[in-house]
Amino acid sequence: LTGGALLVLIVDVLTARQQRGLLAWVTLGVLVATLLALLPFSDVNTVASRGLLAIDGFAFFFKLVFLLTALVTVLMSSSYIEVEGLRAGEYYFLILCATLGMMFMASGIDLITIFIGLETMAVAFYILAGFLKPNRRSNEAAVKYFLLGAFSLGLLLYGMSILYGLSGTTNVRELATVLASQERNALLIVGLVMVVAGIGFKIAAVPFHMWAPDVYEGAPTPVTAFLSVGSKAASFAMLLRLFMEGLPFLADMWQPMFWVLAVMSMTVGNLAALTQSNIKRMLAYSSIAHAGYLLIGVVANSSRGVTAMMIYLLLYVFMQLGAFAVVVMLRRQDVAGDELKDLSGLYFRYPTAAVAMLFFMLSLGGLPPTAGFMGKFWLFSAAIESGFIWLAVIGVLNSAVSLYYYIRVVVFMWMKEEALGSPIVASPSMAVALTVALAGAVVFGVYPRPLFELAQESAQSIGGVAAAVSALSF
Amino acid sequence: MAEAIVFYGLAALILGFAVLVISTRNTVHSALYLVVNFLLVAMLYVMLGAEFLAAIQVLVYAGGIVVLYLFVVMLVNLKRPPETHQDPRRQTRLGLALASALLAELAAIIVYSATGESAPAATAAAAAGADIAGGNVEQIGMLLYTNYLIPFEVASMLLLVAMIGAIVLAKREL
Amino acid sequence: MLEITPTHYLVLSAGLFMIGVIGVMVRRNIIIIFMSIELMLNAVNVNLAAFSQQWQHVTGQVFAVFVIAVAAAEAAVGLGIILAFYRNKETVNIDEMNVMRW
Repeated sequence: LTGGALLVLIVDVLTARQQRGLLAWVTLGVLVATLLALLPFSDVNTVASRGLLAIDGFAFFFKLVFLLTALVTVLMSSSYIEVEGLRAGEYYFLILCATLGMMFMASGIDLITIFIGLETMAVAFYILAGFLKPNRRSNEAAVKYFLLGAFSLGLLLYGMSILYGLSGTTNVRELATVLASQERNALLIVGLVMVVAGIGFKIAAVPFHMWAPDVYEGAPTPVTAFLSVGSKAASFAMLLRLFMEGLPFLADMWQPMFWVLAVMSMTVGNLAALTQSNIKRMLAYSSIAHAGYLLIGVVANSSRGVTAMMIYLLLYVFMQLGAFAVVVMLRRQDVAGDELKDLSGLYFRYPTAAVAMLFFMLSLGGLPPTAGFMGKFWLFSAAIESGFIWLAVIGVLNSAVSLYYYIRVVVFMWMKEEALGSPIVASPSMAVALTVALAGAVVFGVYPRPLFELAQESAQSIGGVAAAVSALSF
Repeated sequence: MAEAIVFYGLAALILGFAVLVISTRNTVHSALYLVVNFLLVAMLYVMLGAEFLAAIQVLVYAGGIVVLYLFVVMLVNLKRPPETHQDPRRQTRLGLALASALLAELAAIIVYSATGESAPAATAAAAAGADIAGGNVEQIGMLLYTNYLIPFEVASMLLLVAMIGAIVLAKREL
Repeated sequence: MLEITPTHYLVLSAGLFMIGVIGVMVRRNIIIIFMSIELMLNAVNVNLAAFSQQWQHVTGQVFAVFVIAVAAAEAAVGLGIILAFYRNKETVNIDEMNVMRW
């Protein structure tokens, strides 16, 4: 992947201005090559490079998710770049580097690797968020994202330094065994709180979500899509790695913390989304709500919970990216395509996109036939199984509320009369992006069996370790 | 004995300059205070037996980052100090009170955890200032290139991304 | 308390960290907020160095080296973003950044 990213840079310098398309293909080639290189590792479960990287099922699954997200984002953004006149070379390079950072976050089991992966991804996103220099909103989004990101990094690092200090090791698994033997002192709690706060910022859980709506609205749409899916999935991978493997014995402490975060994220996210007029802002609040649903899996703290989360993250990739793909398509010369009213009458002008959007909205809301329902169903059952009945009930209520604003989008598309603006033209790569996202949402909705096994088996590698360690300490 | 005095002196100075950094009106002054702060922290590292870290701190922080700040401050040439108009909504008092309460509570926890017999610091009976076996620099270098090679490479990618990002953002037009 | 135990360093770094947090909360000029974030990262480094000296091995310092490298990268990108922002809108005052309201 690194080689690929550098290749993109070189190609960008060599090619003249006009063949922009070439760059998109080069990036796609790099991503597909990495995907192929990854496949042979599917069942390996070793710890590589002196305890820094775990090439296990868990990491494999998340790498799959990241590569998929990057692929769809690149497909989406090729037409967007011409319209906005972005610097294509740097844009693709940054997307590849962000994916690289995510991969290290997911597979790292050493505090330093996780931290460096997190930073590589974060820095790439800060730049991507501020990519539209002339557009003031994008600048403001970048500044806000940067300041809060750096602040949350400070918190996270402080927590990590305490964890290192108390255990003397940066390897997450050794850290678990050492700290499990020591009984709890106040410093450990401080460290734990700091780490929870730092990660809370990253997944935009409620008390730390202030930055999300502005950044989602300001950043260029494909970047928002990539940010909302990729960065969230990577942060959840980090969260699972740190808490399930690193601190299982403290479960009775961080479970209530995440319980509160989950409930708040769901309720605030959904309620705020009801009143939004801007699609990107609405999707931002809905992604905060989805962070809440995913936190339910963390609270469940069982390998079933992890499996449910991983499935939900994969489905989330398809649903969210699909929805954003349609929004990107609306971006034409004269229409910003952000507001809900730009969607109106879409059915009459471009029926396939409207049907696709309908499907994404329903599955985000979690209606039975769609993939979203499957994901939520497993999440809630995992929560119930480990005894958090109330959490599941709140979750169901929230997804009912969320249906309202998802349907509102559909209503805009069907009932309202035509909006003006140049005809919507979907570039070939955009069509491919839409079909990939749609296929994912449909296939897994109807026939989730293979996905369940894949997630189940890859969750073993993390669940197993956590179970082993927690068995040791009780 | 001398070592304790040096430590308390350094600690007081560091905290003092840190407060100065965040309280001065003029940005350039706070940047200068920041430099002094970084140098004091570097001295602290030397006391901790981490010479390599001290050298890096001086070079990277005091030398590089603060110079960057001065450039930006110069470029952004603040004629009117930002705090001229008092924004009623901005509850600076509240922010200060909240944060200092947090500070007191954090310090209390640490002191409590230190005195408690469980605190690792006590059990380790740290002979403070005992030098780490072998030259500090070689140790770090050796470890960096063997155990932590992967993060080292990723860090290089990170720096490359930062460079490109800075160019993309800061250059007037490409 | 003549002998300096790592707890002293811990308290010092906690103090420095909190000053950084206060700086971020209170100040309105982005550059000073950015400096207080650097203060916070410095506090983390002090923490790491103290622990690495207490555990008599160098991993803490290696971690600190990475933290410094990352802080430098962040500083570069952050200042770039601030510059890009400044060019658009003649101010670095955080309150005036309300183009996107609630």
